[in-house]
Amino acid sequence: MKGLRNYLSRIKPNFMPGGKYSKLQSVFEGFESFLFTPNTTSTSGVSIHDSNDSKRTMTVVIVSLLPCLLFGMYNIGYQHYLAIGQAGAGFWDMFLYGLAALLPTIVVSYVVGLGIEFIGAQIRHHEIQEGFLVTGLLIPLICPINTPLWMIAVATAFAVIFAKEIFGGTGMNIFNVALITRAFLFFAYPAKMSGDAAFVATEPVFGLGGGTLVDAFSGATPLGQVATATTANPQITNIVGEPISTLDAFIGLIPGSVGETSTLCILIGAFILLFTGTASWKIMLSVFAGGLFMGWIANMFPSATYPASSLSPIDQVCLGGFAFAAVFMATDPVTGARTETGKFIYGFLIGVIAILIRVYNSGYPEGAMLAVLLMNAFAPLIDYFVVQSNIKRRLKRAKVNN
Amino acid sequence: MLSKISKEALLGPLSRNNPVLVQILGICSCLAVTAKLEPAIVMGISVTAITAFSNLIISLIRNTIPNNIRIIVQLVVVAALVIIVDQILKAYNYEMSKALSVFIGLIITNCILMGRLEAFALSNKPWPSFLDGIGNGIGYAIILVVVAFFRELLGSGTLFGFQVIPQAFYDMGYSNNGLMILPPMALVTVGCIIWWHRSRNKDLQEEQ
Repeated sequence: MKGLRNYLSRIKPNFMPGGKYSKLQSVFEGFESFLFTPNTTSTSGVSIHDSNDSKRTMTVVIVSLLPCLLFGMYNIGYQHYLAIGQAGAGFWDMFLYGLAALLPTIVVSYVVGLGIEFIGAQIRHHEIQEGFLVTGLLIPLICPINTPLWMIAVATAFAVIFAKEIFGGTGMNIFNVALITRAFLFFAYPAKMSGDAAFVATEPVFGLGGGTLVDAFSGATPLGQVATATTANPQITNIVGEPISTLDAFIGLIPGSVGETSTLCILIGAFILLFTGTASWKIMLSVFAGGLFMGWIANMFPSATYPASSLSPIDQVCLGGFAFAAVFMATDPVTGARTETGKFIYGFLIGVIAILIRVYNSGYPEGAMLAVLLMNAFAPLIDYFVVQSNIKRRLKRAKVNN
Repeated sequence: MLSKISKEALLGPLSRNNPVLVQILGICSCLAVTAKLEPAIVMGISVTAITAFSNLIISLIRNTIPNNIRIIVQLVVVAALVIIVDQILKAYNYEMSKALSVFIGLIITNCILMGRLEAFALSNKPWPSFLDGIGNGIGYAIILVVVAFFRELLGSGTLFGFQVIPQAFYDMGYSNNGLMILPPMALVTVGCIIWWHRSRNKDLQEEQ
């Protein structure tokens, strides 16, 4: 440790303005503060620091994403071997296939996003901030496994520049950057982002897996099947035509975006986030409450025109990206509501709107992404009205006392 | 040939006083008709003709217009010109007229027209007013064409309807960006052009 510190101190002058590599100053500082706590202190005012800085917060979120990530890798392999009729393949075969299939996406997402952040920070002489650490891992988790890498690169670049850097970088963005990436992909390349071919890897990766698909194969996700159903009570099946129960949807061995299928792993992540106090339980709880409430209302009036209305409320929150959005997207402290009452309103409306879009807009099989983005736009307004009503209430109290 | 005021009226709006980039006028039609190059060019020409002649006519009669009904008079002149352009398009290029649909009629609500009539034609002589109309029309048309160029190229892979991105690219896995066809990306494209324009012209940047 000491040797590393000495080495960094020795090469530091090269990166300062006027030094040989002054163009790389922010890169150097980024790595230095990644390895060691920066020794700068505030120069004005009274500041209270605790050890829970943004670096630690980000690390906790990454840790809480790991169950989803690892399960997602296993599920990619599981779906692949199921599709080629080798459901009996070993655990490590499946996991390694998923790892090999997902790794390029993770690398592309981080390289493009961090590259743009580094360049932006250098141009504007800012410090590099840790914000992209989480975003870079969220992006692979919310995209279908078969999304081409260049599309991930284009969408990540778009989101980092237009949803984040333009607003002033980490902590200043209005919309969730990972969801903007997903929305960009969804609207720009709809053919690659939905339908049968998007969610189940069928090609061999790095020599792993591969084979002819079984006859009954259909890669549609449960929500995709529901959206295209023509009867009031569609039977949801897995990719080889066997029916799926609510428990299957909860455990997550179903086709879908990489990290979103397993509600169980998402709940483990949610537990880590709540136990460490990183995310707000108010938002999480109220998103689920809103989803269950709207799912219950929709289920009261099942109709063949809107086949998703026949899903039970529990199915509604277990299928698709709802749980993932509730735990990891809605709770983003930058884009969400910040007042305590506001968090309840914000979360509840996300839940309601997600199910509303899912059930009553047949163009979108899933509404969680759009619901979170829409409420991101309304979060400041919610906060404003909560603060105003507080002020009004206190003014009233002051008048009565006089 | 051109006096200083005429020159400024004609050339100013092309860049330093561009109606779209600097005055932020006419954004709505900029989003609506720029999915393809061809309608964008027709729209640009139409708006140029209408701004030029409405400026000219209003400037000719500027001393006879009672001040409190001037907006009505301006509207009548603009509406008449818009109808003429609409009819000409219908007669000679019916397909384009169909493609542009209501947006030719909506030129009457284009902020650039009213803006130039109020700001320039009412207080200047006919010749500079005419040049000012042409300058602003062309300034608007340039932006329309640039936006439409990128939107058609990236969104449809074509320019003027001809495929310019080779088929080999598509075979390799490239696909058109559907978002470029949608209005939000027109707004982002205009934003990028404004960004580039401000970074070239430091004096247009707001104080920090």
